[in-house]
Amino acid sequence: MKHLILGNGPTGVVAAETLRGVTSADEIVMVGSEPEPPYSRMAIPYLLEGNIDERGTYLRKTDSHFGDLSIRQKQGRARALDTAQRRVTFEDGSVETYDRLLIATGSHPVRPPIPGVDLPQVQTCWTLEDARAIASLASPGSRVLQLGAGFIGCIIMEALAKRGVELTVVEMGDRMVPRMMTPKAGGMIKRWVEEQGIRVVTGAGVQRIDPAGANSAGGIGGMIKSVVQSVTGNKPADSAALTVTLSTGDKLECDLVIVAAGVAPNVDFLAGTAIEVNKGVVVNLAMETGVDGVYAAGDVTEAPDLLTGENIVSAIQPNAADQGRIAALGMAGRKVELPGVLPINVLDTLGLISVSFGQWWGEKPEDDGSGVELADEGLWRYLSLQFKGDVLIGATAIGRTDQVGVLRGLIQNRTSLGRWKKVLMDNPTRFVDAYIATSQPVSIAS
Amino acid sequence: MLKSLHLDPLKCTGCLQCEMACSYEKTGVVNPAKSRIKIFNFEAEGRKVPYTCTQCAEAWCMAACPVEAIKLDKGTGAKVVLEDTCVGCKVCTIACPFGTVNYMADVGKVQKCDLCGGDPACAKACPTGAITYIDADWTGLDKMRAWAEKANAAAL
Repeated sequence: MKHLILGNGPTGVVAAETLRGVTSADEIVMVGSEPEPPYSRMAIPYLLEGNIDERGTYLRKTDSHFGDLSIRQKQGRARALDTAQRRVTFEDGSVETYDRLLIATGSHPVRPPIPGVDLPQVQTCWTLEDARAIASLASPGSRVLQLGAGFIGCIIMEALAKRGVELTVVEMGDRMVPRMMTPKAGGMIKRWVEEQGIRVVTGAGVQRIDPAGANSAGGIGGMIKSVVQSVTGNKPADSAALTVTLSTGDKLECDLVIVAAGVAPNVDFLAGTAIEVNKGVVVNLAMETGVDGVYAAGDVTEAPDLLTGENIVSAIQPNAADQGRIAALGMAGRKVELPGVLPINVLDTLGLISVSFGQWWGEKPEDDGSGVELADEGLWRYLSLQFKGDVLIGATAIGRTDQVGVLRGLIQNRTSLGRWKKVLMDNPTRFVDAYIATSQPVSIAS
Repeated sequence: MLKSLHLDPLKCTGCLQCEMACSYEKTGVVNPAKSRIKIFNFEAEGRKVPYTCTQCAEAWCMAACPVEAIKLDKGTGAKVVLEDTCVGCKVCTIACPFGTVNYMADVGKVQKCDLCGGDPACAKACPTGAITYIDADWTGLDKMRAWAEKANAAAL
């Protein structure tokens, strides 16, 4: 039996290791498209901060790890899949056959169709190669515009701020992390970030990006600047590389634009196959695509949400690990199912820590939804709990890190809170007590 | 023989000796806020519940770590945070459905119970036998696991 795994991010790595754990003789091939050993994109902000070196981002720290497990590694990017012949053709023309295929190709950052978005000083922050480019361009004092204040935008913000850049963040939504935080929480994060000296422009987009001094925005001044540059042969120290025009009409000079405007699944090579692709590769809770022998897991998939049952793409690390494991067990003939995808997120924006779980936006009252929101904006604390009946379905918190995992526990277990529902509606901060009271036996020995 | 922590709420008086011992063992100062075992106090019922990581088989924290900073100690079965490797991303703190991995802002790392390498300070400090460290077969580990399983629902 030959298992071919496309992708060597957390999903691919967990799947390969899980497969090896349950099959000793099967052939396992894991394909990555980048030159580095398998690494974690999540660790890139810490690399940019200088807390770790590139090695610190590696998913497995021992050089011989995959060799020791007889997991063959290959570098390549899939170009086409033939599900009838069970083979994948790569961009370099090489071919791998398979008995079981796992699509764990992850996602890529989206570059919105803005004039100038392909200029060299416009960077995404996704790969180690991107990180090296940002590290060289984001020097102390340089002016950086970050497009997007979603999850990824927020986690790289701290790294940029610590590099001493002058940072402006532009977000289309009306608040920070609009797809992860309630309006009040997203507003608090915005205010916090602004107090740390970062300029935040919400409700705005980038209209165009021009090389500074080489466009109409520069006018005569720009022409003179180019003349000076051509005479002296180098750029004046204060000259910016780019002029960015916002949808508000504002023009900003900057040295670097970082695009953090979302990610999209890597599914191009599936065109023309019978594999159903919507936003991502559609899978069931066993990570099966519906095409015999083909599984998909991680960022590239959309799978049923634990609470709503609707298919969702969940591009988060725990989901990648969970789905990779489930898919691998299925590939090894030990079919198991996820209970459903539960979105969970934790974010550290310049020291303000926020989390969100599940259906944090709540449920309509006519569908038995209720919720409670508690905020102390002066102390930077916030907590929202959302219920359906007496079951917790979602939560958002700021400034609270102790035991927050129990929010996942309560949601995932669909714990019937009984009388604790009222306790929590009166005082949501007692959620850990509610968890302990409803989950721990009076005496384990009894 | 693998040992595990046996927590018996009926024997717990809420004296907090365990929290003090844990924080002292792990940080060098007596500060229950830094303890990895917590006593929950339900005033109305007069009920105290000692609570810490069960070193569950699923090891959600370990699976969720993006940089291999949580490893299995094969000698004790504990899932141990490698502080030098932890980048402080906090993903384990939301992945663990028991809430027993916590972020320490002052050091920028996460911490959890590691069974003190096989000689847990909390068990030694407990004056009433509410916390004992005994052979896994004896401890009702299976019962604890059953609770863990229930919590883990249909994950596997």
